[in-house]
Amino acid sequence: MRTEAINAIGRNSNWLPHAVLWLGVFITAFPLYITFVASTLLPQDIAQVPMQMLPGPHFWDNYSEAWSKGATGTYLSPPGKTLLFNSLIVALVVTFGKITVSLLSAYAVVFFKFPGRMIFFWMIFITLMLPVEVRILPTYAVVTDLKLINSYAGLTLPLIASATATLLFRQFFMTIPDELVEAAKIDGAGAMRFFKDVAIPLSRTNIAALFVILFIYGWNQYLWPLLITTSNSLDVVVVAIKKMIGTGAEPTDWHIVMSTTVLALLPPIIVIIVMQKSFVKGLTDTEK
Amino acid sequence: MERRVIFPNKLLPYLLIAPQLAVTLVFFFWPAGQAVYMSVLSQDAFGQSVTFVGLDNFKEVLNDPDYLKTLWRTLFFASAVAICALVPALLFATMAERVTRGATFYRTVLVLPYAIAPAIAGVLWLFMFSPSTGILAYVLKKMGVDWNPRLDGDQAMFLVIIAAAWKQISYNFLFFLAGLQSIPKALLEAASIDGAGEWRKFRTIVFPLLSPTTFFLLVVNIVYAFFDTFGIIDAVTSGGPAKATEVLVYKVYYDGVHSLNLGSSAAQSVILMAIVILLTAVQFKYVERKVHY
Repeated sequence: MRTEAINAIGRNSNWLPHAVLWLGVFITAFPLYITFVASTLLPQDIAQVPMQMLPGPHFWDNYSEAWSKGATGTYLSPPGKTLLFNSLIVALVVTFGKITVSLLSAYAVVFFKFPGRMIFFWMIFITLMLPVEVRILPTYAVVTDLKLINSYAGLTLPLIASATATLLFRQFFMTIPDELVEAAKIDGAGAMRFFKDVAIPLSRTNIAALFVILFIYGWNQYLWPLLITTSNSLDVVVVAIKKMIGTGAEPTDWHIVMSTTVLALLPPIIVIIVMQKSFVKGLTDTEK
Repeated sequence: MERRVIFPNKLLPYLLIAPQLAVTLVFFFWPAGQAVYMSVLSQDAFGQSVTFVGLDNFKEVLNDPDYLKTLWRTLFFASAVAICALVPALLFATMAERVTRGATFYRTVLVLPYAIAPAIAGVLWLFMFSPSTGILAYVLKKMGVDWNPRLDGDQAMFLVIIAAAWKQISYNFLFFLAGLQSIPKALLEAASIDGAGEWRKFRTIVFPLLSPTTFFLLVVNIVYAFFDTFGIIDAVTSGGPAKATEVLVYKVYYDGVHSLNLGSSAAQSVILMAIVILLTAVQFKYVERKVHY
């Protein structure tokens, strides 16, 4: 009887799940909220212990300083707009680069038979196993040999080598019914025509999900840009924020760090919120 | 698996696969080969003389007490991150599965950390736990904790674990939620009719049926903690104080870039590659098996 009573409570009162979820929301959002509050305060207000919990009046001052001037101190950052531009270039080149080369190679592997096909596929597949972090120094040496240090090409090209997207498109292309290909061929459509008019439009959902995953991956790169750029003007925003934080000798401009951080958080957060549906579906469907 | 209907072109497929192959060869096989090659050589810091030393670099690395300490530290870090990211995620997903009102709101907020760069996640937590001005450091001090992660290695480790787990909860949450949604409702209703309480249903039905997802996530979380947390550690502690938060990936970077010990760094890279390949193999083997269920 006791369990029944408990079940009845469990069924009727819905407060427990909501309470736990609000705790989750709090844990997730609190650091972001604090960052936002700090980005609207003067340095001396941030240094107040404890810092105030409500946004201050210096939103525009801080953000326009972060946007058009950047940080001063041991690290002279380029203005925030340059940092964000660099990040945007990296994110977009990596995203479109990966999606394009993966669509093409997956199409080749699935829709044609040619000598070496399986060897090529495995060569691509094995890259799945080794993240950039693992092969960082040798890759750095290669990029140096190719004279790509301090260039957008050096920043982006090595990140395009990965198999996740190829595997996903391969899997999807396998599910396109033979009848569809047959019909297209009877209608006189060649391989490229079929690719452009059938295969790509059918892959829309997968492309959208990958766009979110890869944009965030590209935007959030850290170790690689840190190594490959020696001139501050090519810094991406994530690296710049870390560099803005002093190591002790110089005080940190926390108001600039925090407003730059908010600016750096916005693009990936907007992407994930706007495209949430396809992202969630794509992520949980593909990664298994 | 093969398609029955294909296109007859002979040259076209090579052109299509060429870009991906080129990128893979130049930025993957060449460097990976270099890593293996460098790992059997010994080079002085100025690149003047190079000698072949066979497996000496590996022997040196594996006999180095510092390396072994870093290895154990990494295992501890990875387990702590995995547990701290999996348990709350499972709790939140279980609760999110039960609500209808506000479900989209909860999910949207809980997913946000996925979009945040590890290095920035590190900065957020560093700021809140900054000994002089951080809001949470203030709370800790009020509670009588002598908080100073810049000097205390255990506190520094705690800080990077929290930041790393916070970021990974989103990912785990989404997968647990998808896993929970695929559990047949009839099973749970049958159990309710038999008088099973919420906890009992969770323990005897939900958790066992969720175990494939949990295992998959466990591997993913360990891989994440091993490799993707570089930004967090670099931003929060730079591996310090006194190497208290130095994990394997950080050591590869530090020994190669700062200490210019290229042979050792390359040998460490090769060892790491072996670890990733092992973890991936475990994951695939398990995925294969799941297909037979």
